[in-house]
Amino acid sequence: MGAVLEVGTLHYLVLSAVLFLIGVVGIIVRRNMITVLMSIELVLNSVNLNLIAFSYSHGDLTGQIFAIFTIAVAAGEAAVGLGILVSLFRLRQTTELDKATELSG
Amino acid sequence: MFFLFALIAVVGALGVVTLRNPMYGAVSLLVTFLAIAVLFLLRHAEFLAMVQVFVYGGGIMVLFLFVIMLVNQHQLKESNKYAAHWWVAIAVALVLGAVLIHAFLPAALTNPSVTPPAFTDVDGVARGNSEAVAWQLYRQYLMPFEIVSVFLLVAMVGAVVLGRRQ
Amino acid sequence: MRLLWLIPLMPFLGAFLNGVVLRDRIGKKGVWIVACGSVLASLLLAVLAISGYLGSEQYAAGEGFEQTLYEWIGSGAMGLNDGTFADLSIEMGFLLDPLSCVMLFVVTFVGFWIHWFSVGYMDHEPGFQRYFTYLNLFMGMMLMLILGNNFLVTFVGWEGVGLCSYLLIGFYYDQDFPPYAGRKAFIVNRVGDFAFLAGMFALVAHFGTLNYGKLFSAIEHNPASVQGEYVLGLTFAGFVTLALFLGATGKSAQIPLYVWLPDAMAGPTPVSALIHAATMVTAGVYMVVRSNALYQLAPEIGSVVAVIGVLTAIFAATIGLVQTDIKKVLAYSTVSQLGYMFLACGVGAYTAAIFHLMTHAFFKALMFLGSGSVIHAMGGEQDMRKMGGLKEHMPWTYRTFLVGTLAIAGVPGLAGFFSKDQILAGAWGGNKALWVVGLITAGLTACYMFRLVLMTFHGKFRGTEEQHDHLHESPPSMTIPLIVLAVGAAISGYVGIPKLGHFDINVFDHFVGRVIAHVGDHEAHHASVAVELLLMAASVAVGLAGIWLAWRYYGGDKGLVEGERWAAKYPKIHRLLENKYWVDEAYDETVVKGTWASARGLFGFDSKFIDGVLVNGSRHFTVAISLLSGFFDKYFVDGLVNLVGWVSHATSRFFRSLQTGLVSQYALVLAIGTAVLVWFYIAVRLGS
Repeated sequence: MGAVLEVGTLHYLVLSAVLFLIGVVGIIVRRNMITVLMSIELVLNSVNLNLIAFSYSHGDLTGQIFAIFTIAVAAGEAAVGLGILVSLFRLRQTTELDKATELSG
Repeated sequence: MFFLFALIAVVGALGVVTLRNPMYGAVSLLVTFLAIAVLFLLRHAEFLAMVQVFVYGGGIMVLFLFVIMLVNQHQLKESNKYAAHWWVAIAVALVLGAVLIHAFLPAALTNPSVTPPAFTDVDGVARGNSEAVAWQLYRQYLMPFEIVSVFLLVAMVGAVVLGRRQ
Repeated sequence: MRLLWLIPLMPFLGAFLNGVVLRDRIGKKGVWIVACGSVLASLLLAVLAISGYLGSEQYAAGEGFEQTLYEWIGSGAMGLNDGTFADLSIEMGFLLDPLSCVMLFVVTFVGFWIHWFSVGYMDHEPGFQRYFTYLNLFMGMMLMLILGNNFLVTFVGWEGVGLCSYLLIGFYYDQDFPPYAGRKAFIVNRVGDFAFLAGMFALVAHFGTLNYGKLFSAIEHNPASVQGEYVLGLTFAGFVTLALFLGATGKSAQIPLYVWLPDAMAGPTPVSALIHAATMVTAGVYMVVRSNALYQLAPEIGSVVAVIGVLTAIFAATIGLVQTDIKKVLAYSTVSQLGYMFLACGVGAYTAAIFHLMTHAFFKALMFLGSGSVIHAMGGEQDMRKMGGLKEHMPWTYRTFLVGTLAIAGVPGLAGFFSKDQILAGAWGGNKALWVVGLITAGLTACYMFRLVLMTFHGKFRGTEEQHDHLHESPPSMTIPLIVLAVGAAISGYVGIPKLGHFDINVFDHFVGRVIAHVGDHEAHHASVAVELLLMAASVAVGLAGIWLAWRYYGGDKGLVEGERWAAKYPKIHRLLENKYWVDEAYDETVVKGTWASARGLFGFDSKFIDGVLVNGSRHFTVAISLLSGFFDKYFVDGLVNLVGWVSHATSRFFRSLQTGLVSQYALVLAIGTAVLVWFYIAVRLGS
């Protein structure tokens, strides 16, 4: 028990995995477009958490710098995603994801 | 400390995924972000924690809230918020989780107790995390930095174009 | 002599020019110049060849002159009857020996004058060019027949003259009867040809060659080879001679295959003169004389030949006695005279047969052409009952015709006397009964011939007014040949004056006698001088009796009256003769109808079985097979193709169903994919 309480990289890893899974489930399960986008942000954050943890365990700053980039990209992606969402909403007057079936074959 | 904020983060995440009203979900997400920022601090990534708060909390969440207001989502009621195959998703997620943990397990067993000197040192002199990050960022990782700038420009243009009323 | 091969070629050339190249392009003058010119060329070449031969070394050595053009049929070894092997080699070649010399001269000489006559006779007939084409073709074929140096070349000519006979008999093809007569001639001939072929096959199988020289010298050296048992109880020689003789009965109009000759009178009269008097019908006699070596070794067949010959002679003479068509009389006369020639062959007097052939050619052609002149003057009328007293209107025709009639009656001094007498002498030597019949026939011959002359030229004219006005002597183009032939009929006998004891200037006999083989123990019976003179006297007496009989009933101004009274006295006999013993009718009922019936039967078999079962059956079968094949193609092959399409359709449908357009589903698949990939990555990592 003591070993478990001793916070180490493994804990961060598990936490990151959990957050990641919650985010993935959210992407798949939720029907509201906005919620899906928020879940994507959640996933990205979990990845950042992982990066920081391993950066610390390796003693290398590379992980942190990688995390900076991830954040930047996530920001850009959120902006564009929301832009698409707005366009879709204007088109369909709904944010239900399952209604956007143009890609069906 | 870790466990507290870890718990907060998880609860927040569950809130995002579970709450019906997206507005509540956005707030929940914000909570998660802040918790994660603290967790960053616990790992001596001070600069990044601040970035997390400013960018994610101050920028992205605001954006989300704006859009939620725009589409009037805070007033709508969804009939059924989950897709039909939610159980498949949970199963897959569990599998994925197991796989991922299994993959990183060996590497996760190292456990330094002190702040690595690299986190705060610049040329052997301890200056602080931000300087250290900046030192690495603008020298070794200059090219990616510039590319990300261009990327952000593109994203901005794209967002503007998408947002226009035609 | 080396130009021998040109002799048959010239008429062929004439026929080719007139018939193919210059069709309708040259006027009448051009046509007869080509036609008569080619025959004249043949005649001159023939004279040259004969004179050349007479001075040649082959003649001196007692051999013939052979000229081979090329090997016609050559095959490898064939097994002969006696077990040996020989290479079959039949060449296209020609032979010039005394026999063929005589024939050659007769054919070209008489043929030329008949061509000349035809120019005038056929002047106003349509088909002038066609006539001369056929006539030239006939000449070429006949020359091939007599000049050939082996049986097969002769046979080619044999068939060829049969063809030309058919073409020329049926010359007036727009009428009903001539084509029928032509067909009858050809078909009856064909029956004989079948026998001829059988004989040739036997010869080839036995000797491996058909060449006259090789064949007959082989037989002469080894007579026993042809005297063994063969088929049908005959010896080999017997079979071959019988077969060949049957062929001869067809071509030379003897019993039983003579029926075509009277009907052949439907052709133009010069045709009757050339083909059915002087040349084609003599081919059978020529062939028998050529094969005399075989006939001498088959005496039983010789008897058959003589008997048939003499029976035919008297048979035809009786019919000729009551005919009213001038050409029919001459036709039956020809059959009768041919019978004489075969009688001669049968008793071994081969040279006599050829001698009579030659004299007969002259006077029979003369008489046919004379009748042509008469018919021409009568405007186409051939019934003697409508003629009479023509000697005043057609003096030259009359005189020449009279010469011919005297010759055939055997009046001494003219050609017929010598030749006929020689035959009767031979008959006396063979079998007295044959002589008697022959003698009687001689009397009948004189009788019916003078009846013809008297009815036609003497007495009062019995025709119509307009026929009377039309009467005129024929132009010189027609009378000159008559005169020439009359001269020939008169003097040609002197080359064959019979041997009387030591008085022997029988040039002809010596000349042609060279081709007579000396086989067997047959020795010519030479009667004593006294007997010979007695025989001569008997035949002269009989001839005069016949003439007297004719004069009694038809002479002077009697006209037809006496003749009809004579007929009325013996009505049954008269009817029998008038209807030619109903032979044609008998043939018609049996052979003709039988053939038609079997043809119809075969036709039925062909249409019902062959066409019905086999052809239609195979049609049904093929349709069924193709249906099956079609099904196979449609269901199996197409099914395979469709299967491929269905498979791709199904798979695409499956994959399509994946493309729901539902984003969340895509996200799910993403997640699954990621899991799988990472798992693989671990497995690989751990594995290595």
